[in-house]
Amino acid sequence: MSTVVGEMDQHDDHHHHAPSGITRWLFTTNHKDIGSMYLWFSFIMFLVGGSMAMVIRAELFQPGLQLVDPHFFNQMTTVHGLIMVFGAVMPAFTGLANWMIPMMIGAPDMALPRMNNWSFWILPFAFAILLASLFMEGGGPAFGWTFYAPLSTTYSSDSTALFVFSVHIMGISSIMGAINVIVTIMNMRAPGMSYMKMPLFVWTWFITAFLLIAVMPVLAGAVTMVLTDKYFGTSFFDAAGGGDPVMFQHIFWFFGHPEVYIMILPSFGIVSAIIPAFSRKRLFGYSSMVYATAAIAGLSFLVWAHHMFTTGMPVFAELFFMYCTMLISVPTGVKVFNWVATMWRGSISFETPMLFALAFVILFTIGGFSGLMLAITPVDFQYHDTYFVVAHFHYVLVSGAIFSIMAAAYYWLPKWTGHMYDEGLAKLHFWASLISVNVLFFPMHFAGLAGMPRRIPDYSVQFADINQIVSIGGFAFGLSQLIFLWLVIKCVKGGKKAPAKPWEGAEGLEWTVPSPAPYHTFDTPPEVK
Amino acid sequence: MSIRLITALAAMTPIAAQAQSQLNLTQGVTEISQRVYDLHMTIFYICCVIGVVVFGAMFWSMIRHRKSKGRKPATFHENIKVEILWTIIPFLILIGMAIPATSTLIAMEDTSEADVTVLVTGSQWKWHYKYFDSDVEYFSLLATPRQQIENRLEKGENYLLEVDRPLVIPTDRKVRFLITSDDVIHSWWVPDFAVKKDANPGFINETWTQVDEPGIYRGQCAELCGKDHGFMPVVVIAKTPAEYDAWLAEQEEIQRKAKEEEQRLLAMSMDMDELMDLGEQVYLGSCAACHQASGEGIPGVFPALKGSPMALNDMNGHIDIVVNGKTGTSMQAFGNQLSLRELAAVITYERNAWGNDTGETVQASDVNAFMNE
Ligand code: HEC
Ligand code: HEM
Ligand SMILES: [Cu+2]
Ligand SMILES: [Cu+2]
Repeated sequence: MSTVVGEMDQHDDHHHHAPSGITRWLFTTNHKDIGSMYLWFSFIMFLVGGSMAMVIRAELFQPGLQLVDPHFFNQMTTVHGLIMVFGAVMPAFTGLANWMIPMMIGAPDMALPRMNNWSFWILPFAFAILLASLFMEGGGPAFGWTFYAPLSTTYSSDSTALFVFSVHIMGISSIMGAINVIVTIMNMRAPGMSYMKMPLFVWTWFITAFLLIAVMPVLAGAVTMVLTDKYFGTSFFDAAGGGDPVMFQHIFWFFGHPEVYIMILPSFGIVSAIIPAFSRKRLFGYSSMVYATAAIAGLSFLVWAHHMFTTGMPVFAELFFMYCTMLISVPTGVKVFNWVATMWRGSISFETPMLFALAFVILFTIGGFSGLMLAITPVDFQYHDTYFVVAHFHYVLVSGAIFSIMAAAYYWLPKWTGHMYDEGLAKLHFWASLISVNVLFFPMHFAGLAGMPRRIPDYSVQFADINQIVSIGGFAFGLSQLIFLWLVIKCVKGGKKAPAKPWEGAEGLEWTVPSPAPYHTFDTPPEVK
Repeated sequence: MSIRLITALAAMTPIAAQAQSQLNLTQGVTEISQRVYDLHMTIFYICCVIGVVVFGAMFWSMIRHRKSKGRKPATFHENIKVEILWTIIPFLILIGMAIPATSTLIAMEDTSEADVTVLVTGSQWKWHYKYFDSDVEYFSLLATPRQQIENRLEKGENYLLEVDRPLVIPTDRKVRFLITSDDVIHSWWVPDFAVKKDANPGFINETWTQVDEPGIYRGQCAELCGKDHGFMPVVVIAKTPAEYDAWLAEQEEIQRKAKEEEQRLLAMSMDMDELMDLGEQVYLGSCAACHQASGEGIPGVFPALKGSPMALNDMNGHIDIVVNGKTGTSMQAFGNQLSLRELAAVITYERNAWGNDTGETVQASDVNAFMNE
């Protein structure tokens, strides 16, 4: 351990006077710089993907075709989904990991700093390629973020190769990020920081990183088969050549379901840091939290076909996947109960990070309820591919993952910038987001139950009222995020000086260093008791 | 039951079903759909109860255990008994839920001993129905006029949920559906039957229903299948067995007559105006979804026919691609979808509309000769 630290020290030495200007950012190997770039990148992608959502909601404001043609509409839903998943949520978590994991475990930097630089800098290219494909003749990908074959092979537009290429780059970036996290956590913990003393954010990311390494190659395989089916005459997914289109869905969801947990486990870690801090009470059931996370990660490999109940599987398989899916709500429940028990008889205050964390717990749980409903196969036949599913995954992803990222940003902004954010603006951002997110997504449950399919540019008149409300909620939610942009810029530029530990009840090594955190922290490892 | 009563019923059921399903899942009109609805309500109430307990405890803490009230935090952070309890109890609830779900699922997947079998084939963007043990088969296309979609006409009551030729099935009989696709994956969904099954190209899925009440039931394609995925509804009319039998016999007769008529008309040629009128009608109904009403297509996806070398010069190639389609692309074979007259008319139309002005006509006999080559 000590030798590793020694080497890191030397390595850092010749970076002590970081270059300034653009080269500072291009060549940086500093985990804080790279973390910041990841976070800004993900926020920009959040706005880009969000503006596509605005196009979708504007078209759906009324029945009939008004603004865009159906082909372009499909490109919007597809690219919106891809950008939000791979461009907004995942890089935001990697950014948080970069910033916080070394500081939380008392390490001077990530273990593989050059790879860290590379894994970030290939991302902008991936998304530039994806976005550029929208301007090609025939348009960009229009087959849904799930790119089911043969719609994505035989029947897709010529730009599909660009889609495949950009997904490959995103995958490589994620895998490198994950390797870095694992190596850092396994090798660079400060003396005394045993596994069972690590903050939950570190634990959840540790497990997430293993999930990433396990499933991103599966995604890479899926897109490669799409590529060869479309351009090189193979027939993996083409029945005419002896292939099977349903096999595509098995491969995709074998990646896809663990992927949804990749997007929520780090959230669990964030919320498990914030709720105790503002309840001024230790996290309830730390070890059961760790085991529950591991259980969820393990089970997530056994439930993929719950996305495929209507594809015509044997009853036996349907039953197996139904039971496993129902089972996954047990460890998920344990987490929620633990958070509530942490608050119980605490001494609670409601600063903005806490508000977002509380909203997370409630709204994520609502998403979990609809997940449980979707797990019941006979009823899933009715819900599947309707707006009920859209409501479900937006509750877990927007008011789940994104809200937890917001909570994290507010919680650690003073540490990152050295300034307190504007609490008034923050509260405004919170309440505007909370209200609009529910106006946006709650009525979608009803639209789905009443029979509105997803991924349609136009709908029958009975759904007109619901869609109007949803669209209004959508515009309001979109605008609310500009408050956040304004707030962050303001906070970076100045504000009340933040003390080393701005939150009375916060725990962890990151609060032992000054705010803003110096460029290099923990050059000599702290002693953890 | 008198005919009038039945038609009155048929007219009322969809409205009644719609009114009650505005915000919730439909109860539907089959035993299965009722069981599915009951499962849905049960799991929903279970979630509500858990929600009340969990959120109740949360709000209780948020209100009572506040710092601003001068609360001092407790120090407990573990309790094995409670933790085991809140692992076991949800587990037991889930078992309670899994039992009825399992029996319903097994019933839904039991397609044996059907009285009637229909082959349902999806293609971009229409459904094709073929009755087993009978010659009856036809396509079912969206009937909502383009003007309504483009907001040039007021939208009708069944906007986007109406087709030219609905599927007809008998009530009180077990009807089995074999579902497949000619191109991409579609999904055949009728909420009132709680039937949703994917149509996979090259594979056949099975499902079934048994409808109790005569009526008109509407659904939609539920799997993204390309540009007009939102525009391929499913409409099913359930008739009493006697009426159904009469309908089927009538259809057989009509289809037989149409074939005879087609042979008779082969000898007659149509003039340019007739061909162009019929051709435009067919084109808008069957081709415009891809090649666009303007004939300009969508660059990079669907080729333009306006000014296309094939439409201008290559007559045989033109007939060939329309009759046989082109495998590996979304250009389908229309030889079995359209009559000889319609084929001739639409080809003529494409060779003369949008300034293609070749002046050439194609007659049904030409298409027939091509097909018999
Ligand atoms: C589902 C979409 C779709 C529909 C509906 C469709 N087509 Fe096509 N059509 C295509 C595609 C795609 C091609 C290009 C095939 C290729 O790659 O050569 C094509 C090609 C053609 C061509 C050859 C054009 C050329 O210049 O090579 C003709 C002629 C044609 N279609 C006529 C028709 C007619 C007539 C109809 C209606 C009866 C029709 N199509 C309906 C998708 C469609
Ligand atoms: C209690 C836990 C959960 C259960 C039981 C559950 C169950 C399900 C089921 C059965 C479906 C398929 C619905 C269908 O298509 O018919 C689904 C879809 C989905 N879920 Fe969950 N889910 C849970 C939690 C989550 C979480 C935590 C996330 C992500 C953070 C998530 C993200 C998604 C997404 C993105 C889809 C839709 C994918 C698509 O079709 O595009 N779910 N869920
Ligand atoms: Cu899943
Ligand atoms: Cu479809």
